[in-house]
Amino acid sequence: MNNKRTLLDYTLRLADDALIIGHRLSEWCGHGPILEQDIALTNTALDHLGRARSLFQYAADQFNGFPAEDKKEVFSSVTLQTLLASGASIGEDDLASLRDGWDFRNVLLVEQPNIDWGYTVARSFFYDLFNYLYFTELVKSKDETISSVAEKSLKEVTYHLRWSSEWVVRLGDGTEESNKRIQQAVNELWMYTGELFVANDTDNVMQAQGISPDLGPLKTEWLARVQSVFDEATIAMPTGTWMQQGGKDGNHSEHLGYILTELQFMQRAYPGMSW
Amino acid sequence: MTVHSFQEHFDSLIDREIAIEPKDWMPDDYRKTLIRQISQHAHSEIIGMLPEGNWITRAPSLRRKAVLLAKVQDEAGHGLYLYSAAETLGVSRDELYNQLHTGKAKYSSIFNYPTLTWADMGAIGWLVDGAAIMNQVPLCRASYGPYARAMVRVCKEESFHQRQGFEIMLNLSNGTDVQKKMAQDAFNRWWWPSLMMFGPPDAESPNTVNSVRWRIKRLTNDELRQKFVDVTVEQAKILGLSVPDKDLKWNEERGHYDFGVINWDEFWNVVMGNGPCNKQRLETRKKAWEDGKWVRDAAMAHAAKRKERKAKAA
Repeated sequence: MNNKRTLLDYTLRLADDALIIGHRLSEWCGHGPILEQDIALTNTALDHLGRARSLFQYAADQFNGFPAEDKKEVFSSVTLQTLLASGASIGEDDLASLRDGWDFRNVLLVEQPNIDWGYTVARSFFYDLFNYLYFTELVKSKDETISSVAEKSLKEVTYHLRWSSEWVVRLGDGTEESNKRIQQAVNELWMYTGELFVANDTDNVMQAQGISPDLGPLKTEWLARVQSVFDEATIAMPTGTWMQQGGKDGNHSEHLGYILTELQFMQRAYPGMSW
Repeated sequence: MTVHSFQEHFDSLIDREIAIEPKDWMPDDYRKTLIRQISQHAHSEIIGMLPEGNWITRAPSLRRKAVLLAKVQDEAGHGLYLYSAAETLGVSRDELYNQLHTGKAKYSSIFNYPTLTWADMGAIGWLVDGAAIMNQVPLCRASYGPYARAMVRVCKEESFHQRQGFEIMLNLSNGTDVQKKMAQDAFNRWWWPSLMMFGPPDAESPNTVNSVRWRIKRLTNDELRQKFVDVTVEQAKILGLSVPDKDLKWNEERGHYDFGVINWDEFWNVVMGNGPCNKQRLETRKKAWEDGKWVRDAAMAHAAKRKERKAKAA
């Protein structure tokens, strides 16, 4: 991959993470355990969706500037290739709705299903804490667009982290049942947290260029903070050491296919229309 | 004061259009009517999240998805203010939920119809929120203060919702043939249920007389329905959609549109639970509530423990 392709791959990873976690959280809308929390979760879903849009717009700009030959190689989707063959440029919705799963770059954690409030809280906590630490560093990115997205997101992510940390504590410290449930959720989602800190080729190139942060120190900080919240919540650190990975390179869990089936339905059934 | 003079004082406040506040004396029937009306409205907001929520994960563009999410979130917010307004009358939110979940309390029947295509998001905003505004704007001057104040905020947001619905429809009607077809199909399905939203004809509306007297209601069902028809028919013209009513005709003498006979048999059946989605909507609400029980219990238990720990530390 040349540098431009790598930056696109990286931008899409940030966008896809945001889109997919936003999608999962939006599934709660109307189904929350209490009205106030329904509203809070929808707010968070909107923050993620907003970030996804900024990043997809940036990715589309990058892509539209590629030489015609390069464009053919980037995405496998027939629908996208047909669109390009017509000479059209692409936009945020084409990237969200016309790529297939193997061209999605989000981490496996964000596509895991909601299951119940405990799993949702645990997934959000792991991801929000990562995001908080990551965006704190990403603000210094040498890529101006990415750095400005990080700066705006940091305020939102700080709130998300407060929300999910408080819920981990509330559930852990609450009742016997809630303690059991959050512990189980944390244990089962643990194997999806390793990937957050594993640098793939894209991370290495981006880091070398000062565009993305070094993941190593983030992991130490992340673990320490998880431990501290778990202590307060009186739940145990999971002991599993085997970690799943592949999302960043397009190898996903089965869940992503179904997310995309819903998310992309309209653009697939009624292509080329404006809504 | 005797009960008699309490009543006189209350009547004089009503007559002078002075707001009744939570601590004021009020007749039992006034309180009951308000609780029924406000909680029905709150329940309608909460159940109303479901038919639109149905399209959040499938919205056709990221922009539409964001707008729809924000809209459904506003409805949750409306539910929240309205439950709070009802609480000032001495009933708890849990009790009101219980009335909803056991089928004792009603909600707007319109939400028992399914949302089958994306155009339904447009039709709901345009027609359902449009009808809701007609019903609700006069309530901003309702005699009960907390209700009237909640309605001011609700109406501001509803008018934004109505515009976004109309904009979805406008976009579809300026679109491809299949988009136009989608818009017309949604209009056909939502038109009559929207007219039913104003409730039974005045002659058969048992609650109207007292509600008008108490200024909880400002216009009758039929007056509001006529107003809605007159406004909406003109909007349909802008959209290039045909109103699914062969009897619709401008009546020069009345200065209003005449319209066909509403199928009240269908209306009462949907009210009684035989609509296409009654069971599904209520089950979904109940499931959310029951699945959330352990979460609410945990939050309460944690809050109590924290309080206890704080007291011990002090």
